Amino acid sequence: MKETVPEIGTVGLLRFAWRQLTSMRTALVLLMMLGVAAIPGSLIPQRTQNPTAVSDIFTNSPTKALWYERFSLFDVYASPWFSAIYILLFISLIGCVLPRAFEHYKAARALPPATPKNLSRMEFHSEWKGSGDELEIARQWFKKNRFRVRELDGSISAEKGFTRETGNLFFHLALVLILVGVSLGSLFGMRGDAIVNVGERFINTPTTYDSLSFGKLFNEKSLPPFSINIDKFVGKYDPVTNAPQDYTLWVTVKNGPDAAPEKKIVKVNSPLTFGSTRVYLQANGYSPIVTVRDSAGTVGYQGPVPFLPQDANLSSTGAIKVPDVTPQLGFVGSFFPTIGRANEGGGISVFPEALDPRLFLAAWTGDLGLDNGRPQSVYRINTDAMKKIGLKSLSPGETYSFKEGSITFETYVPWVNLQVVRDPGKSYALLGGIVAILGLLASLFTRRRRIWVSVNKKKIEVAGLAKNAAPGLELEIAQLAKALGRAE
Amino acid sequence: MSTTWAYISNYLVYSSMAVFTLAFIAHAYETAFAVRAPHLADSAQGNLRTKTFDYTRTEKVARVATAMMILGFALLFAGVIARGLSAGRVPWGNMYEFSITGALAFTGAYLGALRKYDLRWLGLFVSISVLLTLGTAVAVLYRPSAPLVPALKSTWLVIHVSAAIISGGVFLLANVIAGAYLFLDSMEKKGERAAWAKRLPSLDVLDQLSYRLVAFVFPLWTFAVIAGAIWAESAWGRYWGWDPKETWAFITWVAYAAYLHARVTIGWRGRRAAWLCIFAGSTFLFNYIYVNVWGTGKHTYSGL
Repeated sequence: MKETVPEIGTVGLLRFAWRQLTSMRTALVLLMMLGVAAIPGSLIPQRTQNPTAVSDIFTNSPTKALWYERFSLFDVYASPWFSAIYILLFISLIGCVLPRAFEHYKAARALPPATPKNLSRMEFHSEWKGSGDELEIARQWFKKNRFRVRELDGSISAEKGFTRETGNLFFHLALVLILVGVSLGSLFGMRGDAIVNVGERFINTPTTYDSLSFGKLFNEKSLPPFSINIDKFVGKYDPVTNAPQDYTLWVTVKNGPDAAPEKKIVKVNSPLTFGSTRVYLQANGYSPIVTVRDSAGTVGYQGPVPFLPQDANLSSTGAIKVPDVTPQLGFVGSFFPTIGRANEGGGISVFPEALDPRLFLAAWTGDLGLDNGRPQSVYRINTDAMKKIGLKSLSPGETYSFKEGSITFETYVPWVNLQVVRDPGKSYALLGGIVAILGLLASLFTRRRRIWVSVNKKKIEVAGLAKNAAPGLELEIAQLAKALGRAE
Repeated sequence: MSTTWAYISNYLVYSSMAVFTLAFIAHAYETAFAVRAPHLADSAQGNLRTKTFDYTRTEKVARVATAMMILGFALLFAGVIARGLSAGRVPWGNMYEFSITGALAFTGAYLGALRKYDLRWLGLFVSISVLLTLGTAVAVLYRPSAPLVPALKSTWLVIHVSAAIISGGVFLLANVIAGAYLFLDSMEKKGERAAWAKRLPSLDVLDQLSYRLVAFVFPLWTFAVIAGAIWAESAWGRYWGWDPKETWAFITWVAYAAYLHARVTIGWRGRRAAWLCIFAGSTFLFNYIYVNVWGTGKHTYSGL
């Protein structure tokens, strides 16, 4: 016998695929897959969180790094396969929820089903002799307890607990809202970092940032035109464990070029807010203030130079470049806020506050290589075309003099790293989170149930039915029966 | 002042360990000595080898055991409070403090469930695991009481961490019950339950109970994750950054969401559901132990 396969055609195939995708089982499998897919990103270093660890893998085991890279394992949460899973999951979820929401809306507007003929086959059935006016009492009892009621000839059919499905639907739609919020944030958001010395001013324009990244649809014009004057910064540390205890930053803020200045305080858990843009205090360090002179005594550079912290006690390294003297001068430096042991190889800081600051310098002369147009790190010096002059350790106020000129370590100022983040989607995500919890509570803690009362001459009957074998219906029916005058 | 409170806290934690040890002994005694040698009447019926359990004989000891659990809980509670007083903050700043509070939450979840369900049989397991947790905390994880690092100085510490610890306590209790289900189920599959296990609830009850605990606490866990996101937004400049702790909290959330769906909409019961429940619970434990101690990221407050 020849098998005949019915032709389903393209539309049929699409419909079949849609049914498969929106089935509960598929949604559940996708949900589990999403959980499993999230695992590698927590075990393999991710570029967004730990770029140094990623480049270490590239240096130490290039083959492994190459294979990781092929499967986007350094960017798991932005990878095509991770995106594929959650996009399919959300399509499946929407395909699941929307028809259910429609059904639920219809069901909520429809009347409860008619009272069954034989109530004794329902749950918690009881009957007794009454006065005959119980239907009116029952009607009021149902009204008081907010049941939806259908009145029939000689009986009432009542239903309650639609909140369960309503909550369930709201929970799932809220998840979609969270996803919308996340997407808006990554499309229209921006994030930038700027190191600013105490005493200096940060103006919110793209050029003042040390690093800046923004979403595909972000417009530079939407940077709010605020400016922040860094007045004072204090970091407090535990004298025994050296652990940080408190960071406080005093600033003067202007909301625009012509706005009135306002004094504000920034702490780790309380950023500055400008609409959907917030400014966070993310890191701090020290900038030695130096004066560099040439052999004639003319000042080639004067001012603070931010050094980058290398450990918890803020041992910091940096570079001082002086291109405006001839020959050019460069200094590779280390700053120690509280110098501990020191030897020719270097030093180490033993406390993060500047109790006994010291600046170690290696002086170089020659070509800094700044003129070839290639961008350079401000924290490093390319000494290929330079000659070493010598090494020196300076306390504040001391000067290191050499044939080509001199450098004076005047004093130091703290710097702070301001992180500026604009996330226009976060309020949607928050709203989604709140609705999700409320929906979840409603769907887990309400029960859908029906109760019937029938009065036939003087024979009173009550009975009920609960979905999902929800507990508590027996008690509720007993209360109704009592209200209807049934003897205990 | 603060060191005095730290000492008081240590003594209270040690005392609670002593009391939990007594509770453990009493629970062990209850389970062991309720065994009764075969009756003469049984031998007349030919049931010579059937041991029976008579819990009326050990009822007093069992009451003592529960009383000791409550006393241990009270002492540990006071110990956690004293630890907080010693540092002038909520006692959730490092792994030692997480562990003693976690043990407190687990005992609390057990005692809370005990008011409603007959779970005394679980006391043996609860007391030994609380003892092990406290022992590890005292011996390995102990750190002197110290103020918080700036990032932890927030009201959200109280809200986020308490929600996470309470959910954890209840999740683990659900896990233990699911484990008991699997154990008793394989025992029943081989034949009859052993004499000591006969008093334990039926498989149906255990199955329902672990589900109810999860369903009860899942919204709280959701809240803990969202509260953490709100806090991260003000401390770190982003509400979600796939930090390992966040990732595993998400995985736990997904696993329990899958568990609830599997039960409610697909109708999983019994062994499969119990395994899924245990899997979800172990993602929580992994997050607590591995990410805190060996992990990287912004949640490394263990102080180790």
